[in-house]
Amino acid sequence: MNVMSWSLSVITTLVVAAATTSPALAANAAKSAPAKPTTVDIKDFAFAPKTLTITAGTRVVWTNLDEEPHVVVSAGNQFATSKALDTSDSYAITFDHAGTYTYYCAIHPMMVGTIIVK
Amino acid sequence: MDDIQDLEAGGRRQFLKCMAWAGAGTLWMMHGGVLKAQPLNAQGAATAADSAFSFVQISDSHIGFHKAPNMDVAGTLRQSLAMINAQKKEPDFVLHTGDLTHLSRPEEFDALSGIMQDARMAKVFYVPGEHDVIGDNGAEFFRRFGERQQSGGWYSFDHHGVHFVGLINVLNLKAGGLGSLGADQLAWLKKDLAGLSAETPLVVFAHMPLWPLYPDWGWGTDDSNEAVGYLRRFGSVSVLNGHIHQIQQKVEGSITFYTARSTAYPQPAPGAAPAPGPMKDVAPNDLHRYLGIRDVRHVQGNHALAVTEEVMA
Repeated sequence: MNVMSWSLSVITTLVVAAATTSPALAANAAKSAPAKPTTVDIKDFAFAPKTLTITAGTRVVWTNLDEEPHVVVSAGNQFATSKALDTSDSYAITFDHAGTYTYYCAIHPMMVGTIIVK
Repeated sequence: MDDIQDLEAGGRRQFLKCMAWAGAGTLWMMHGGVLKAQPLNAQGAATAADSAFSFVQISDSHIGFHKAPNMDVAGTLRQSLAMINAQKKEPDFVLHTGDLTHLSRPEEFDALSGIMQDARMAKVFYVPGEHDVIGDNGAEFFRRFGERQQSGGWYSFDHHGVHFVGLINVLNLKAGGLGSLGADQLAWLKKDLAGLSAETPLVVFAHMPLWPLYPDWGWGTDDSNEAVGYLRRFGSVSVLNGHIHQIQQKVEGSITFYTARSTAYPQPAPGAAPAPGPMKDVAPNDLHRYLGIRDVRHVQGNHALAVTEEVMA
């Protein structure tokens, strides 16, 4: 449940972190400051990148670039399912806890992706 | 009607062009149990004259889609229904093999219902596509279009000696998988067919292909083999699917598998593009070649269903 917190404070912290540290420093300082939001493109019926490794507290934003709608759903019911994402629609989840999160598209289940949270 | 008026305002030539789209379709004629495809033309009409009954398959109307190559999927659905109404011999019923809507939205279901009512379609049997069950596992679809025979939504009926089975393979899909029928539905199917003689012609319809047509693009059903196993003892089985927006056909013993055209937009042939999805580059003037309906006629005493594909050309 904590995984799906849409915490505004996290976003605020992120903005501050981005403003005060270079990307390289931010990556090194991952333990003390939340990582930059990360994007996953949904394109040509696939998630890109297919496997994404992030640090805890990172917000992942999926954006559908296909003409077809897609739905992001957790394989193990570990986070909330998106609504139907039409072209250009986005969906975001903040991953607060370490673990491996497999997800797929509810309407095109051959589309599978993994988020690894360290 | 509004669309036609708009088109007329846009020019008579454009109007005629769009009406030409409405030439699309699939005529299925049942010759004692085997489906046979042919274009809906004079020859098809002649075969139709002595058929016992006929029905029409339409598919993938995707109400709510509004992008290239078809900004007016409601219009092309209306034209498809006009083709059905133009048949000399009225089909007994229509099968809609799913993806009525694009995003399962109530207003899309409303629009679909309105278009079907306006066209005064006789009985329409529906099965859902994956686009009709988004977010609610099909609750809204089944409330509006379900046959309410089984709690899972699947059903069967008999018509002039032909046994029809409507299956659902777009629910409870698993990560990395294809379409799915599930154990409950398979058990029901086995039971439903158990009492039938092997001479009974069968027509089985579902949204996703019930054979591994192109699994790389998700065009298949994980547990279709088990279902097909129950069909093998019958002398004449026709399997009608949608989903892939184009005609593909496969014969396996006494079982013939068909997929249908969409009334909305075409998808590429298997492997002909990086991914499935609407063929955006189809020119407006060419779109009609890709859309259509399917008529099926059953001819008493003949061992075949006669199938006619009607393109909107």
